[in-house]
Amino acid sequence: MSDRQTLDARRLLCPMPVIRVQERVETMNPGEELEVICTDPGAANDVPAWCRINGHRVLSVEQGAEELRIVIRVGGGEGS
Amino acid sequence: MTTQRKAVSLISGGLDSMLATKVIMEQGVHVEGINFFTGFCVEGHTHAIRKKDRAKPKRNNALWVAEQLGIKLHIVDVIEEYKEVLLNPKHGYGANMNPCLDCKAFMVRKAHEWIEAHGFDFIITGEVIGQRPMSQRKDTMPVVARESGAGDRLLRPLCAKLLPPTLPEREGWVDRERLYDFSGRTRKPQMALARKFGIEGYAQPAGGCCFLTDAAYSAKLVDLWQARGDREYELDDIMLLKVGRHVRPRPHFKLIVAREEGEVRFLEGYRNRFVSLRTTSHPGPLALVDGRLEEGDEALAAAIVARYSKGVRDSRVTVEVRQPDGESREIEVEPLSPERIPEGWHV
Ligand code: SF4
Repeated sequence: MSDRQTLDARRLLCPMPVIRVQERVETMNPGEELEVICTDPGAANDVPAWCRINGHRVLSVEQGAEELRIVIRVGGGEGS
Repeated sequence: MTTQRKAVSLISGGLDSMLATKVIMEQGVHVEGINFFTGFCVEGHTHAIRKKDRAKPKRNNALWVAEQLGIKLHIVDVIEEYKEVLLNPKHGYGANMNPCLDCKAFMVRKAHEWIEAHGFDFIITGEVIGQRPMSQRKDTMPVVARESGAGDRLLRPLCAKLLPPTLPEREGWVDRERLYDFSGRTRKPQMALARKFGIEGYAQPAGGCCFLTDAAYSAKLVDLWQARGDREYELDDIMLLKVGRHVRPRPHFKLIVAREEGEVRFLEGYRNRFVSLRTTSHPGPLALVDGRLEEGDEALAAAIVARYSKGVRDSRVTVEVRQPDGESREIEVEPLSPERIPEGWHV
């Protein structure tokens, strides 16, 4: 758990949360986890869609009253 | 041994770039998508702001297209660099504030930098000759290729047969015979090709791919620049132009008045950056002041905000005026009746 990173994407509107996730994931290694906190409800679709396309796994999506928390595991390692 | 060639495709989220990508994938080329976020893109934003739009499931069309095609998608933030394109377009603007030709050349240039950095061979776009009056004409096609620096590594699969052969065609990376010769504003050939590929449910944007083609949006942008006497802008500025009712009673300030709950929530996030007003004696909207309030302006601003509250027909309405640092006070005003808000104040 200790190596789970957090990304604060609150108040960002889509597609900015996806862009921030993408930038962060590029600096991470396969297997590492990232928790993204956002407020744009669109991120609930976009972040998982981006993960599916680019080979990362969504471990959980938790919708709170104001915030949305998405945990992803960085996948693959086949580059780009 | 033949190496598999690699192409990057400019994915807008619309049908044309989707088809262009598919055509090249069918020829055995490895394709990845790239999508540039300028801040003005139609994707996202407003959908997330207005409550009525929250109900509909929303998707990012570029991501949707990539997933349908089974390709990777790289979304690139070009907000900063795009300012130069919008503020000083060499080829001018289209019908509104859309610098389409410069914009296309810019995006292809960014894609060209990307393929050089990632070892890809060429770039594809969904451009069709004659589809758009400004950026997609037979005489502008070479302009985009030349000014972007991509030269003949830029392939437009949907109209390639009407253009001179590009490097990927000459080298045999793709078969020119299996490319297309679409032209003009008709959408029929694209729709037929979509059917052939079994593509359904694609987005059909009415105007262009961004807010700059929208007349009302462009007017607000020009108003903002005029009022500030400077064309600098930040992402927040251009987002706020998509939200609320914009009323400019004086050259030095305007009010951004929320029209519904979703917008109230969105504007709340800006209360530590702008002076804000809200009615306290009656239910009413939240409004931000963009600009500065001079002598007597506070009462005017409050009277306008009161007009959009439930107290519009009452003689007195209490309005809270809050400073960005949180300090606030209440003032009582008579709402400005709707007839007394001149048409010209609405931006
Ligand atoms: S509509 Fe907007 S994004 Fe599309 S080419 Fe024109 S300026 Fe660029």
